[in-house]
Amino acid sequence: MTHLDLRTSLHQTHLDLGARMVPFGGWDMPVQYSSILAEVKAVRSATGIFDVSHMGRLFIRGPQAAEFLDWVLTGSASTLGVGRARYCMICNDSGGVIDDTIFYRLSDERFLVIPNAGNRNEVVRWFQGWIDQRFSVGCTMHDQTMTSGLIAVQGPGAARLLDRVCTDNDDKPVSNQRMFTWIGGKFQERDVFVARTGYTGEDGFELVVNSEDASFIWNELQEQGALPCGLGARDVLRLEAALPLHGHEIDASTTPIEAGLGRFVRSEGEYVGAQVLQRQREQGVERKLVGLKLPGRSAPRAEYPILYEGQQVGNITSGSYSPTLDTSIAMGYVLVRYASLGQLLKVDIRGRITEAEVVKLPFYTRSRKSSS
Amino acid sequence: MSPDDRKYTKEHEWLRVEDASSGLAQMGITAYAQDQLGDVVYFDLPKVGDAVTALEKMGEVESVKAVSDLFSPITGEVIQINDELIDTPELVNEDPFERGWLIRVTMDDPSQLDSLMSAADYDAYVGEL
Repeated sequence: MTHLDLRTSLHQTHLDLGARMVPFGGWDMPVQYSSILAEVKAVRSATGIFDVSHMGRLFIRGPQAAEFLDWVLTGSASTLGVGRARYCMICNDSGGVIDDTIFYRLSDERFLVIPNAGNRNEVVRWFQGWIDQRFSVGCTMHDQTMTSGLIAVQGPGAARLLDRVCTDNDDKPVSNQRMFTWIGGKFQERDVFVARTGYTGEDGFELVVNSEDASFIWNELQEQGALPCGLGARDVLRLEAALPLHGHEIDASTTPIEAGLGRFVRSEGEYVGAQVLQRQREQGVERKLVGLKLPGRSAPRAEYPILYEGQQVGNITSGSYSPTLDTSIAMGYVLVRYASLGQLLKVDIRGRITEAEVVKLPFYTRSRKSSS
Repeated sequence: MSPDDRKYTKEHEWLRVEDASSGLAQMGITAYAQDQLGDVVYFDLPKVGDAVTALEKMGEVESVKAVSDLFSPITGEVIQINDELIDTPELVNEDPFERGWLIRVTMDDPSQLDSLMSAADYDAYVGEL
């Protein structure tokens, strides 16, 4: 790491656990503790914990907070109920994606927006620019990333595990919480904000904690049986669930419509990028994001060419061996006429031309058993 | 401590002579290499009958997160590859010096062994990384 990389409040914990650390989005983060495959398996079958404190925590407040967010987000803030969360995008004038985000309504006039670590500075600049220009009377933004931590608890065992150490402020179990809602709670006397959200395709929670409580809470979760998991496992899990990663499936030059994320984009209302996105919805796009399944375990990586009869028709955005499916999977953009389910294509994996089939996304869906 | 019944390269491969008279040798990657790679999922190895050349790329090893080139320590001909690695590439993570061997070759020029590192030299080299 360089002396410029930031450290989360769990940095020493990761070192003590023997994690392999890598620079990511300006932070020194754990990529794995044991083995990526073992960590993926733990999240799919039991419970894994992730330090995601590098992601931003921006608090937006004021009588114009909802109006401001309605302007900069593709999702609606004013129609979001208190206690709920919503996934959407922050787009530029051309409909390109500055960042994707989950935001939470804390009260009528208070919201929490969570940008990706690598985009936090850009999002802060973008937001502040619009606040200054149009919403300065009734809206302020506070970046609390450095004074808080964010721990993800993910897997079919997450709810049961968390119930042993955490309750909401009325002493009710957190497992009662519905998906995409948040509550204020207590983790053994310490205040926590508990959201039932995640980036793995499993049931799970994300806890916003005070920086000084982060290592206590992490250690307690580990005591309860959760396996520490790093960014390597996180990337495999989100790919299996076909969740986009900014910088790969979405970026400033791709639109949510091309990425198949139109359901997170309002069809009405005025917001940055609305005109371009509406036009794309009506007239169609030239390229589409598709899911590909490849035989074997060698996976294509970002930017590898996708071919049809020897001609390049697209590019891979992400790829990996999927231990859950025991095959290789990838996402990529192709010209729309090659985007149909079942379409057979080829991918150039470092000179090895490999068969690929367009398949339905997501690659993996968790079974929703009624036990909880 | 790396096993001292074999020689090593800076690219973290090992070579063990099995029969000096016929030039038969076995090759693999070291414990350090598999640890750096993480979970290995795939090997792109030369085929039986292929020639390999000292210091030149002979294949690739792919893990979940990374791809690394494999370099041949010596010049020779491939006479066997470890078929077990097709279905269980993770053998290389579990046992890089024995069950995780990669290929067997016949060496053209055994004097090339002199340019390879001893176990002690290799361990010292890794210690500096």
